[in-house]
Amino acid sequence: MDHITGSQEQAAGTELPGIPITLTINGRKRELSVAPWVTLLDLLRERLDLTGSKKGCDHGQCGACTVLVDGKRINSCLKLAVAYDGAEITTIEGLAQGETLHPLQQAFIDRDAFQCGYCTPGQICSGVGLMNEGRASTRDEVRELMSGNICRCGAYTNITDAVMDVLEKEGAK
Amino acid sequence: MNRFSYHRAGDIAEAAQMGAEPDTRFLAGGTNLVDLMKANVERPTRLVDISRLSQNTIEDLPEGGLRLGAFATNADTAYDERVEQRYPLLSSAILAGASPQLRNAATNGGNLNQRTRCYYFYDTETPCNKREPGSGCSAIGGVNRIHAILGTSEACIATHPSDMCVALAALEAEVRVQGPAGERVIAFADYHRLPGDEPWKDNTLQPGEIVTAIDLPADSFTENYTYLKLRDRLSYAFALVSVAVGLKMEGGKIAKARLALGGVAHKPWRVPAAEALLEGQEPSADLFAQAADAMLQGAVGQGTNDFKIELARRAIRRALRQAAAGTPQSQTNKQVA
Repeated sequence: MDHITGSQEQAAGTELPGIPITLTINGRKRELSVAPWVTLLDLLRERLDLTGSKKGCDHGQCGACTVLVDGKRINSCLKLAVAYDGAEITTIEGLAQGETLHPLQQAFIDRDAFQCGYCTPGQICSGVGLMNEGRASTRDEVRELMSGNICRCGAYTNITDAVMDVLEKEGAK
Repeated sequence: MNRFSYHRAGDIAEAAQMGAEPDTRFLAGGTNLVDLMKANVERPTRLVDISRLSQNTIEDLPEGGLRLGAFATNADTAYDERVEQRYPLLSSAILAGASPQLRNAATNGGNLNQRTRCYYFYDTETPCNKREPGSGCSAIGGVNRIHAILGTSEACIATHPSDMCVALAALEAEVRVQGPAGERVIAFADYHRLPGDEPWKDNTLQPGEIVTAIDLPADSFTENYTYLKLRDRLSYAFALVSVAVGLKMEGGKIAKARLALGGVAHKPWRVPAAEALLEGQEPSADLFAQAADAMLQGAVGQGTNDFKIELARRAIRRALRQAAAGTPQSQTNKQVA
């Protein structure tokens, strides 16, 4: 049984305090030492310079921090990084293949599915998670299963269009 | 967030021993606990991570029921083929709650143990008997649109926010727990409690006890059921009022009826007299109206939530009609038929 302990005392006075964990982030294996109170979102943004995932509400109510963990979409603001030791994380930075955008990234551009863009990384990661789940095929289903991502600019219609485009293309394959 | 130590439990017994110590909290999906810690409502000195323990599967029970592991996620539970086919009421209720992201992280045990979303409970600047015993209740006489109309006390009018638990109440599930003193089984109706004069106690768990599984009985409702949830927006909001109904129809009559309300009390609200009133009768608008009145007997508005009494009355009648007709509420197309 692995038994891991981290404490304030351990954390004090060290540059990289805390508990050793291994995360594979966007295909790259990272050995990290993380204080127990650091959320996955803060780890990504503050330590690893992966600032695509956004801190909107920091309470799991807006979806801007959505990332994929082992292919499943979650709110990274509500997850302590230490709890994900061994997991594979995909953020918005990891979706493109080199210079080729992920089909959903391209569809967001083609459909003008954003205005200010702040919620967009979370929307796209959420949309990829939705496709992995395979539970949506109609517009109603897409709208319901994208409801964990708030867009204050109100680009919902075009976001739905973009997700539907990719779903239909995938379905046609 | 305060500073704390983190331990990954090797098994339930070890976790239970650690959890019995003060200021220790169990971490599973974390979707509620981490949020409460950010708000300084919870300030544990130690977290015991139980999310990797083996009670994360869904297994058939020998008598025909289904055992839902406490650490299985809400999403894996709602989309499990056996749950979808044999307990569609439960699947529907889970999918009515939260968002896909939250359901992917949140666990079944955590759903039972989530805290109220009373605004005053979250706001550490205001008195709250649930957060700080003896400090008073800010919701009584305050803004209480989302608060309880049934089973309240002078100390607390908070509601339990779960959708899943409303279905589990109607299904008469059992909660399996393990603690330092061993294992026990709690009937769902006895798991959550009313606030009384100890509103800080949400449920009947003893120190160190961990939910290990939720058992669903073989007897279920696969044709005549519905989960009707009414809220301030069409998705991703807590219920103002929700109704879970399961009916067994035989020869045009209701042979068995189970009803539970969400969003109206400190626990999923059941009234056995209302169920008895329906049983043996032919469905009719009059009968459903009587059942709704029986469900809401003793309901009291708190000011800004007075509307909930009539809303609940109509929701119960509508849900009974949906269930009797075999046309359950869709959680995708939100038109209420």
